[in-house]
Amino acid sequence: MVDGAPRLLGGRRKRDGKYAFPLPQGAQGADYEVVDLASEGTLWSYTVQRFRPKTPYAGPGDDRNFQPYAVGYVELPGQIIVESHIRVDDFNALKLGMPVRLTLIPFRDEPDGTQVMIYGFEPAGAGQGQSGQGGAQQEANRHG
Amino acid sequence: MGDVHIVGAGIHPFGRHDGKTGLDQGVFAVQEALADAGVDWSDIQFAFGGSSAAGNADAVLPRMGLTGVQFINVANGCATGGSAILSGYWAIKSGEFDLGLVVGFDKHPRGAFNADPEEWGLPSWYGEAGMMLTTQFFAMKIQRYMGLHGIGAETLGRVAEKAFRNGAKTPHAWRREPVGLNVIMNSDMISDPLTKYMFCAPAEGGAALILASDRKMRELGLAGPKIRGAAVRTRVNGSFEVFSPSLEIDRGPSPTEIASKAAYEMAGLGPADIDVIQIQDTESGAEIMHMAENGFCAHGEQEKLIRDGVTALGGAMPINTDGGCLACGEPVGASGLRQVYENVQQLRGRAEGRGVEGARIGYSQVYGAPGLSAVAILEA
Repeated sequence: MVDGAPRLLGGRRKRDGKYAFPLPQGAQGADYEVVDLASEGTLWSYTVQRFRPKTPYAGPGDDRNFQPYAVGYVELPGQIIVESHIRVDDFNALKLGMPVRLTLIPFRDEPDGTQVMIYGFEPAGAGQGQSGQGGAQQEANRHG
Repeated sequence: MGDVHIVGAGIHPFGRHDGKTGLDQGVFAVQEALADAGVDWSDIQFAFGGSSAAGNADAVLPRMGLTGVQFINVANGCATGGSAILSGYWAIKSGEFDLGLVVGFDKHPRGAFNADPEEWGLPSWYGEAGMMLTTQFFAMKIQRYMGLHGIGAETLGRVAEKAFRNGAKTPHAWRREPVGLNVIMNSDMISDPLTKYMFCAPAEGGAALILASDRKMRELGLAGPKIRGAAVRTRVNGSFEVFSPSLEIDRGPSPTEIASKAAYEMAGLGPADIDVIQIQDTESGAEIMHMAENGFCAHGEQEKLIRDGVTALGGAMPINTDGGCLACGEPVGASGLRQVYENVQQLRGRAEGRGVEGARIGYSQVYGAPGLSAVAILEA
């Protein structure tokens, strides 16, 4: 947390400045310096998980009360593309290139009442639909 | 150096076979392949075999006969079958051997694969958070591709529709009933934009090939397609692969693109020379993307080609003539060999009811985790 806002930690390889996420641990960790990853980016791709995953998934509930959730890849400009849960009110609102920002999402409650949070991204604000489209278009042009 | 030919091919039908082990199905395929070639097990000089979930492939030995044959187990993820063929090809091409066997079989539990993060060198939270699913990866890969190249969801449905239509004509297929486009489009959404019928399922089956040198083939009076090109390639930086908590912004070619290029080069052929095509269709989107990655069209052209029936039986570019993974299911160890088996049937004019008339060059490509692709090009 920085000034009350969540930050995602990544690594930057000392040799060539290449970003890594998650932050490499153990022997590999020595090659990296810890960096704050950008907390705003654009949605690179997405899907909705419609069935409850098998183990090792540790989310709440069981097959009967499973709530679908969105996941996606978020491009953090100039750094890296990270995989993440995506929080949206309406799955239909998910669009390639839409601006998103880092947030914390409640994941499950432990038996002792502790709430486990998970990092995620959410739409960066209202009125962004237009620029979201533009972003996707730009992506298409760059790729082609 | 002489050519390498496939002088025999055998398969145990794919699907679900209660009361039969994966090994049973592998042994069946070996016996079929030997019978097809008309050679005895004791004539086999070497073997390469693979199985991902049904034990060691060399467990076929006590069943076939302990002849002392050189047997090497191959484990190379979803490209195990493709890797086994390549190994067999080299064994003969090197001049060391003249006659050998390539076999693959499998039997997977029902339902989607679930992976253990630690086996992949990934932190346990990645699995616990519900982000380590092959189905999600495939969905996100095609979701982005469709957005970038203007491909609609109905095209995904048409790929599956064709697969079941072809499967209905194929004795070794699992799904042997056509499924309508509406049913496919309206079936349960698994991982958007892919519905239940757009995904293949883990399954069971076995496939085997007998490879022979030019010299041996003539000596025994046998016949069979020639292996013109074969290549296996792994991922490079910037390739989008399964189980990636992060990706580089700079994108690179896929392992399929580089394996394809290498195989074409080795064969001295190009995409326009290919008459019949088997490409990895783990889900509908994979077939669409692999059409372009293997050079059969430009990115974005797929929608029109598929709508116009170009990839169907009777079209100019028939793809997955036996229904592919969508209709046959995916027993990992056997899947790549099934593609080659189907091409052998096509090139020998034995693919009754689904034959591509006059087919001379067959292309197959199997792709899978953790980011590798194997291509084989055969000539009748």
